[in-house]
Amino acid sequence: MEIPRHWRLKKQRYALVGEVCPHCQAKIFPPRDVCPECGGEAKTEYQFSGKGEVYSFTVLHDAPAGYEAYTPYTVALVKLEEGPMITAQLTDLGEQSVQIGMPVEMVTRKIRADGDEKGMLVYGYKFRPVL
Amino acid sequence: MSEVVIAGIGQLPVGEHWSLSLRTLASRVIRAALKDAGGLRPQALYIGNYLAPMVSHQSNLGPLLADESGLAGIEAYTMEAAGASGSAAFHQAVLAIQSGYMDVVVVVGVEKYNDMVGPELEAAVAQSTDYDYEAVNGLIPMGQAALLMRRYLHETGAPRTALGEFSVLAHANAVNNPNAAFRKAISPESYARAEMFAEPLNLLDMAPYLDGAAAIVLARREALPADFAHPIVRVSGSSLVVDALALHDRPNPLRFQSAAFSVERACGQAGILPGDVDFFELCDAFSIFAALSLEAAGFARPGEAWRMAQEGSFGLKGKLPISTLGGLKARGNPLGATGVYQLVEATLQLRGQAGPNQLPNPRRALVQSLGGPASTAVTQVLERGSN
Repeated sequence: MEIPRHWRLKKQRYALVGEVCPHCQAKIFPPRDVCPECGGEAKTEYQFSGKGEVYSFTVLHDAPAGYEAYTPYTVALVKLEEGPMITAQLTDLGEQSVQIGMPVEMVTRKIRADGDEKGMLVYGYKFRPVL
Repeated sequence: MSEVVIAGIGQLPVGEHWSLSLRTLASRVIRAALKDAGGLRPQALYIGNYLAPMVSHQSNLGPLLADESGLAGIEAYTMEAAGASGSAAFHQAVLAIQSGYMDVVVVVGVEKYNDMVGPELEAAVAQSTDYDYEAVNGLIPMGQAALLMRRYLHETGAPRTALGEFSVLAHANAVNNPNAAFRKAISPESYARAEMFAEPLNLLDMAPYLDGAAAIVLARREALPADFAHPIVRVSGSSLVVDALALHDRPNPLRFQSAAFSVERACGQAGILPGDVDFFELCDAFSIFAALSLEAAGFARPGEAWRMAQEGSFGLKGKLPISTLGGLKARGNPLGATGVYQLVEATLQLRGQAGPNQLPNPRRALVQSLGGPASTAVTQVLERGSN
């Protein structure tokens, strides 16, 4: 059970809150103290729109501990429209086949249970095809 | 700076060693390497290991493995860089000797993978990913490779079977390696028919995770006994470089930047260009890693490595042989131990002791190990010295 860890990250997981660099205006996700573009100090919060496109994707059948109940699931690299790329599951795919370049948008979904049935549920961002 | 030479080597076959524990695997190869070195006495034991804290519930390997090997009162600890741990430990030994701090060091790469099964083991191996932003979304190393492979095929327009030659050549080369886990050749047809694991990555696109242990004794040139039995192999370059941990934090995930920088720096130390090497023991933990490593080192233009492979450039008789004794794919991938196996194999080639797969009089080897998808890259240049 890793409650403090998940609690620390809830703004990122539920709301895709990152940072904007006050020096070069680069948008940063996940937040960190140093801008990866210009190396300056970056601590200003920034709310991402949740819009992006699929850079790559795959379907996993072999799951690590905690994810066995959810296989097969699709994991993608999503390029957010503001610039950064993130790793996320794709959801609400239905019969649609995934394509590189497909526009997607962020939704908040259950990721897994934390520990056993007495543990909390871990929620976070997933991405669905833009309707 | 002192000249660093390889004084002794030892390895166990890569496989499922049910009756051998972590400490026994390590001590056997350490003693074998010390014997091969003519009985030199090491002042340090540097350990390359990735999974022991989680899979064997065992940290603090320095005291454990030194004591088990009959080495008392020496310096000993683990270097960890996921799949590049073994090479990282070797790098540390090179630094210790070059600086004059130590005269003789033994390096062991050891991994006991098979003491666990199932999702817990998958989670342990996935520790090489970014836990908060990759693993939490269910991503595992095979998934990272699949994401890279799909993007590579998309950008190059190459066919789905484009990377198969890396697996075919690795298996062909392992036929003559008695320490390899898989010693049967495979055909391009079996690659094309292989079961999908994480589309487009199939069963034959990934090196099997297995148990293994290999050891190397390094020494200052002057510390070798007068009657030293083997051809001299020296370490002329060693470099460890990191990139962003997560694939998504790279400006161009298909560019293995850490691999490119470490090749440049290791070759710079050796005073050579990458094209001056005779063969390349690269990291083919996944077939896409082989392609991207070749492109990062500059042996192929971006997007061209797969085509060069299909043209035969990387076989034993090609322009630049790779995976000469089977690579990770067919010799096996004992994770933290792998880098030491690669260095042992390169040494065998340079010594002229590689058996049927012996290259004709090789003088220089480039050896590279990756932690994660080139989150860490460790590269060495080994050269045949003059006795």
